Amino acid sequence: MLDFINFYLIPGIVIGSIYTLGAIGISLIFSILRIAHLAHGDLIALGAYFALFGVVELGWSPYLALPLAMALTAATSIGMDRLCYRPLRRMRTVMVIIASFGVALMLRSAIMLIWGPDTAVYQSGIQRPLIWAGLRLQEKHLFIVGAAVVLVALLHLFLTRTTTGKAMRAVSDDPDLARVCGIRTEAVIRAMWGVAGCLCAAAGVFLGLDTQLNPLMGFSLLLPMFAAAILGGIGKPYGAIVGGMAIGIAEEVSTYPFFGDPLVAPTYKAAIAFTLMVLMLLWRPTGLFKGKVL
Amino acid sequence: MESATGLLVYATAVLTMGGIYAILSLGLNIQWGFTGLFNLGIAGFFAVGAYGSAILTARPAAEHLGGFGLPVPLGLLAAALLAGLIAWPIGRLTLRLKADYLAIATIGIAEILRLVLKNEQGVTNGAIGISHIPRPFESLPRPYDELAFLALVAGIVLGLYWALERVRRAPWGRIMRAIRDNEASAEATGKNAMKFKLEAFVFGAMIMGLGGGVYAHYVKFISPEAFEPLMSTFIVWVMLVAGGSGNNRGAIAGALAIWGIWSLTEILTSQLPPDWTTRAAYLRVFLIGFFLQVILQRAPHGMFREVPPAPPAPTRKGRDSGTATENAPAE
Repeated sequence: MLDFINFYLIPGIVIGSIYTLGAIGISLIFSILRIAHLAHGDLIALGAYFALFGVVELGWSPYLALPLAMALTAATSIGMDRLCYRPLRRMRTVMVIIASFGVALMLRSAIMLIWGPDTAVYQSGIQRPLIWAGLRLQEKHLFIVGAAVVLVALLHLFLTRTTTGKAMRAVSDDPDLARVCGIRTEAVIRAMWGVAGCLCAAAGVFLGLDTQLNPLMGFSLLLPMFAAAILGGIGKPYGAIVGGMAIGIAEEVSTYPFFGDPLVAPTYKAAIAFTLMVLMLLWRPTGLFKGKVL
Repeated sequence: MESATGLLVYATAVLTMGGIYAILSLGLNIQWGFTGLFNLGIAGFFAVGAYGSAILTARPAAEHLGGFGLPVPLGLLAAALLAGLIAWPIGRLTLRLKADYLAIATIGIAEILRLVLKNEQGVTNGAIGISHIPRPFESLPRPYDELAFLALVAGIVLGLYWALERVRRAPWGRIMRAIRDNEASAEATGKNAMKFKLEAFVFGAMIMGLGGGVYAHYVKFISPEAFEPLMSTFIVWVMLVAGGSGNNRGAIAGALAIWGIWSLTEILTSQLPPDWTTRAAYLRVFLIGFFLQVILQRAPHGMFREVPPAPPAPTRKGRDSGTATENAPAE
């Protein structure tokens, strides 16, 4: 039982927190721009590498490099929108999705150009876990889950208490009505990219802390993150929390040897998210929280 | 004289690969150009076709499934059928939703197929891949075997072009355009949009599968690495968008042009010192992504603009209204 919690449930919660941060961004972008943002995974990878810059070049701790990564990734997201997505705003939204596919590739190859194709880590060496009543708690895991909770709480406050946050929700509900009410849609979109960029950087740094960095780390996140967003109801940031946790825990727990053999071979872990997504689409395409019907 | 033969062989190789990409691009044109279906899993159908044809035609081997020793044309046919068979359930599931879902679902399918190819040792020989795939005309002397294969690829591309041009002008193709541009009004005229979209998706996937089969017989060796999304999904999208989606001529021209540029930059960067060569490879990928942004913003119609098929001649009026009722959904 303790093995189950230590080696399956806790890693599931950790990766679930990371998926949650990514899925919230995907949902937020969808609710405002109505696009599936395919460069989201690579933006996360870029965030992780920005923090690596802080760690390697400036000698900071990865925790300290997190705000730096957030600022740089937010700036990159806003610039990316200005250069690649905004010119296509008047076309069919599908064109923006194709553009985001191209941006994904540009980000990935830029990472490989600057930092090289090899894997990297923030800190080498094994960290001793804290053992507490048989539970193995690693410092980094506590940090990841704790920081994810704080970020989600901050996002909640932002969306419900600030003028920009409220404007964001208004644009999401009805962009035309929001515009005639005097909300500057482009400013809202910029703020949205800023928030999404910060969340991406956090997800990337946490994933880098949890495992390691490589230029393809973002692409492998894309599918579980979209599955999480769809599970929670696309366009519903709060649903993304449930979706992210569900996907993360399901991925890890499904490899537990319930009946002698692992239920799902670890090599096919990536198929879990996909299967859950397909089942959700069959049963209830709007997701658990009645998201936007696509 | 020798360098002339070398140049000929090189040009043939570039053209052959360009032709294989043209097959993929024509397949995507049916899905995206004609019908507006957002398939980001080209790599998956391409891989299924390649592995299907390879396993059916390769000589017996202990490492993977094989030893059927079927002739190559049968292998190619099976490649197309296999890809269509995989496309059908995916389409059934996701085509009724917005394009975004199809995009995500097809990315997922392509990734899972790649995992299967990598991990199912007994069938695909895992990461090592399948070698000694027979190639038609390989018994001919040096430049002629390559030239004959190029002729085969060119024949397939031209045949597909001819067929797809007929399809485009036929009622079927016109319904696809109607569904793409306004699905609700197509439904209102009594067309079962779901059924037509599924047909287009499966048909396009079959052509991609055929492309995969041709690829396997051309390179004679396949492994999961050959089916990374970059070189088999993304580049095909750039080709179709650059050539002009909705235009079959554009699909072929885009494939040849982009593959030409890609191969040319490879020659240029191979002249650089080794340290720079690896970096230049990433730069090339970056530039392809950048190129796509430029096309989308500056020339969204591509090289060849889509030409709407002429309205049917007045004499065929009676026949056309006849087809419309035939295609009406049963319910």
